[in-house]
Amino acid sequence: MSGLETRGLVIDVPGRSAGRPLDLDIAPGQRWGVLGPNGAGKTTLMHTLAGLRAPRTGEVRLDGRPLARLRRRDLARRLGVVFQERHDDFPATVRETALIGRHPYLAPWQQEGPEDHARAEAALERLELAHLAERELATLSGGERQRVSLATVLTQAPGVWLADEPTNHLDLHHQVAVMGLLAEQADQGRSLVMCLHDLNLAARWCSHLLLLFPDGEACWGPAEAMLVPAALERLYDQPLTCVEVDGAPVFVPRR
Amino acid sequence: MAGARASRASLAPLAWLALAGLFAQGLALALGSVALAPGELLAVLAGDGEALHRTLVLELRLPRALAAFGTGALLALAGALMQILLRNPLADPYVLGLSGGASVAALAAMLAGLAATLVAGAAFAGALASTLIVFGLAHGGGSWTPTRLLLTGVVMAAGWGALITFLLAVSPVERLPGMLYWLMGDLAYAGSPWPVLAVAATGLVVVLPLGRTLNVLARGGLQAAALGVAVRPLEWTLYLLASLVTAVAVTTAGSVGFVGLMVPHMLRLRLGNDQRVILPASLLAGGTLLTLADSLARTLIAPQQLPVGVITALLGVPTFLYLLHRSRR
Repeated sequence: MSGLETRGLVIDVPGRSAGRPLDLDIAPGQRWGVLGPNGAGKTTLMHTLAGLRAPRTGEVRLDGRPLARLRRRDLARRLGVVFQERHDDFPATVRETALIGRHPYLAPWQQEGPEDHARAEAALERLELAHLAERELATLSGGERQRVSLATVLTQAPGVWLADEPTNHLDLHHQVAVMGLLAEQADQGRSLVMCLHDLNLAARWCSHLLLLFPDGEACWGPAEAMLVPAALERLYDQPLTCVEVDGAPVFVPRR
Repeated sequence: MAGARASRASLAPLAWLALAGLFAQGLALALGSVALAPGELLAVLAGDGEALHRTLVLELRLPRALAAFGTGALLALAGALMQILLRNPLADPYVLGLSGGASVAALAAMLAGLAATLVAGAAFAGALASTLIVFGLAHGGGSWTPTRLLLTGVVMAAGWGALITFLLAVSPVERLPGMLYWLMGDLAYAGSPWPVLAVAATGLVVVLPLGRTLNVLARGGLQAAALGVAVRPLEWTLYLLASLVTAVAVTTAGSVGFVGLMVPHMLRLRLGNDQRVILPASLLAGGTLLTLADSLARTLIAPQQLPVGVITALLGVPTFLYLLHRSRR
């Protein structure tokens, strides 16, 4: 299974002078959460980790090989991205959208075969979307559309998952269901990095955390070492109250 | 299985469109100053029939009908490709200023009194020059987005538009009708149909293996890259291919409007947006539409001929509005 490392990585955020170089070791089975206020560079970091954006300095390695030296198609078989933004300018159904996850595995002339369809159907089933398979994307609610994006990556079946706010638009039940799905992927030996805005989801589901400060400062490590109220208050510039429920810390913003 | 079902389902519309294309060719061969009954037309195609009929059909009507089909096919293909390239369903083959460059060069050649073949050559050169200028300017700083390409092209088109108006203003009155017909699109001087047909066939062979990749590109550049598409080389390929295809079409028939914008759109309303279906369907439907439009342009107020661009819009607008009204997408 695949692991992701960064060495001396400084992401390229326009207008930011520098920042602390990131030396992350994201091993298979680990569930990393990236926390930070708006504009801290979480999405930029995700795109850089995916090889979609060049870093300012340093490099990202997948199983020891720099991303820049991998072919896009090989990379897409091993690393999948759940994007925060989507461009649904053209009509497409839910089923077609899940099925594009098989693109990196197919030759140009090749049609999707029974196995590809079976994988897409299983992914739709897993995200409780099977009954919407024939629906147009434009007719879906925000939360349903978010689950379709997850179904595409589940169909893609990569060893590394990068999920940018995977619980966006989701109701409580589906937030928990999606976090459970992502945790299950990690338990099967995949690596997982996700940007989150909800401290409590992060506290409950992440094994490791990376805190990104707006000035480019950063710290990272095992979740229990990072979930220090003082650090989180400084991260969000927001006073917090911390209580313990079911053995996990719960953070409530103070007025 | 589902895969076989999908490909069978996608072949049926293509078969219907091919039949429609054949029907349109038959109509184009039969209609005109001397109308032929179906039996007479079949006799000519089988190798006999009256000498007059043979001349009419094989030497006059058939080349023009085939040129109309090829031109319409190229325009619809170019429109479908431009819409994916710019991720904008409102793009057409001319949106990046290509027809403007061709028009300025063609009108200048007409103003200079050059022969029809030289006018066509000038149009082709103008189209390619405009393509290269937009390519170079949008490439500029090294990074570009579809929006930047679109803006560059739209501004170039506006510049060409001003030059066209200038050329029309300074041209002698007796040259104006020919110029206006060229601007609206006209197949009267199409010449041999083989260049457009050969380019249409080549274009289809080039884009068909790209079909699934284009489906992914339609979801946005980042999403496509994350699924293994080498986005930048693909986008340049699309741009150059669509430009070349449009340049050949414009050289053959002037800037015929509407086909490139509306044909891919109409097809998407009925068939969804799988490029493996939409691209060949666009070729067939665009060719059929322009063949029918040209037949009407020749015959509606015969012996006078109308510019075919008028008919494509008059036929296409109500058809499109009807499809849009009926669809639930």
